[in-house]
Amino acid sequence: MTILKHELRRDRLSLTVWTASIGFLIAVCIFLFPEMKGEMDSVSALFSSMGSFSAAFGMDKVSFGTLTGFYAVECGNILGLGGAFFAAFCAVNTLAKEEKEHTAEFLLTHPVSRRRVVAEKLAAVLLQILVMNLCVYALALLSVLLIGEPLPFKEFTLLHLAYLLLQIELAGICFGISAFLRRGGIGIGLGIAILLYFLNLISNLTEKAEALRYITPFAYAEGTDIVTSLRLDVPLVLLGISVGILAAALGFIRYSRKDIAA
Amino acid sequence: MNAIEIRKLTKSYGKARGVADLNLEVEEGEFFGFIGPNGAGKSTTIRTLLGLLRADSGSASVFGKDISMEKEEILREVGYLPSEAVFYTGMRVRDVLRLSADLRKKPCKEEAERLCERLELDTAKRVEELSFGNRKKVGIVCALQHQPRLCILDEPTSGLDPLMQREFFAILEERNAKGMTVFLSSHILSEVQRHCTRAAIIREGRIIACDSVEKLAQTNAKRVMLQGKVELSALSELRDLQSTEHGVSFLYGGDINRLLQALAGQRLEDISIAEPDLEEIFLHYYSDGGEKR
Repeated sequence: MTILKHELRRDRLSLTVWTASIGFLIAVCIFLFPEMKGEMDSVSALFSSMGSFSAAFGMDKVSFGTLTGFYAVECGNILGLGGAFFAAFCAVNTLAKEEKEHTAEFLLTHPVSRRRVVAEKLAAVLLQILVMNLCVYALALLSVLLIGEPLPFKEFTLLHLAYLLLQIELAGICFGISAFLRRGGIGIGLGIAILLYFLNLISNLTEKAEALRYITPFAYAEGTDIVTSLRLDVPLVLLGISVGILAAALGFIRYSRKDIAA
Repeated sequence: MNAIEIRKLTKSYGKARGVADLNLEVEEGEFFGFIGPNGAGKSTTIRTLLGLLRADSGSASVFGKDISMEKEEILREVGYLPSEAVFYTGMRVRDVLRLSADLRKKPCKEEAERLCERLELDTAKRVEELSFGNRKKVGIVCALQHQPRLCILDEPTSGLDPLMQREFFAILEERNAKGMTVFLSSHILSEVQRHCTRAAIIREGRIIACDSVEKLAQTNAKRVMLQGKVELSALSELRDLQSTEHGVSFLYGGDINRLLQALAGQRLEDISIAEPDLEEIFLHYYSDGGEKR
């Protein structure tokens, strides 16, 4: 557990900043809702009728005038994209940073197997993702209570669960990539997160791009779908999580055979 | 028992760097020198022994344990000082030392304190504030605090001031007297000559000589530099003869008295006879046909 503890200690500032930023934005959005609700009745129709722009963000499916509809879109952008960045950032960095900062030599000349190093690092990444999501989830629920709206517990839980799964899949993919990199890969990690996010927007826009749904994890974390159907697309989730696990497993195999350059 | 046994080890990566068909044996309890210029394959050999690199072919064992099969067992008994010790930024020295001990699951606080005191290392400092030499000291403590059976040192003295070098070698020799095997990689010949009992010379990924330090030193020629008009035809065993601005410079491997007789009658402005540097030792080995056992 030494490496896990070491990782958590090293990353505590980054975890705090990300959690605080995402949590703060989510809370601000919820606090803005009562004020916007009144005005929304009139603009709601406008928001849902902006053609493909509305479709891209799922705004044609929900009403901005309801808390769940409003939250599904806003949360999708803040926690969806922010959380994805966080997960990608943590995961892509964790193995590659040891080589980039030349600390791999220190770490790996101790009597610890490569497999153990990888496992504890992956555990640290997942734990941080879990902590961030739990904090943001608690903060979101608290904010709803504070503005005096009835708590849409099931919708919120499903939404946050979907984003957690999305982040786990993305973390698995970026972690796998991390094992192949020699230098830091923050650019690659964030690039993948953005790419997958936009693939989902595209798949929302046109029927022809329907197949993209099977590639991007954002498809099963589509907030507006979740709050209208009140369920997750289980096959899609399972497919996504399998991809994440497979990528992480490839990372395992690669890292245990990797040459660590000076 | 052999502390290190390397059989036909081959490892190439990058631009033809690495080692080829390398054989080496180091007995337990030896103070062994591993000499070669930068890029000769010293670090590649060491990094393969430590499991950082995977050998292309050949095998190696440490205390009879195979490096690819029993890596963790080996690392438990080995201390390693890398040529450039780098630690996690933001950590204090004492935290790095504790992390190293925790990774080994072995409490070494007392030994760490003793070493830090001898090396005058301030454990409250953050590692990124340390000079190169002080970082090296952290590496030394990490390599020695768990009292390993074998200590592998990759160019250990760079960055250390002469007093610290002396203290460092004193520690190594005390440990060696208690049975620790030392494997010292260096390009500084005098360092190896002073402390090691046996040494191997590596060049372009191959061991070109391996013997007791005395024997290796005996075969050493002298670098002779003369100023003035000199006639050298009476001398054989001259190598690497070069004309300099005011005279000549050459490696002399023959009887020193013959050299003095040949020079006695001549008019010299200046003379210097010095130990050849490492490159010249290699020259010596090349001219003897390259490989010598």
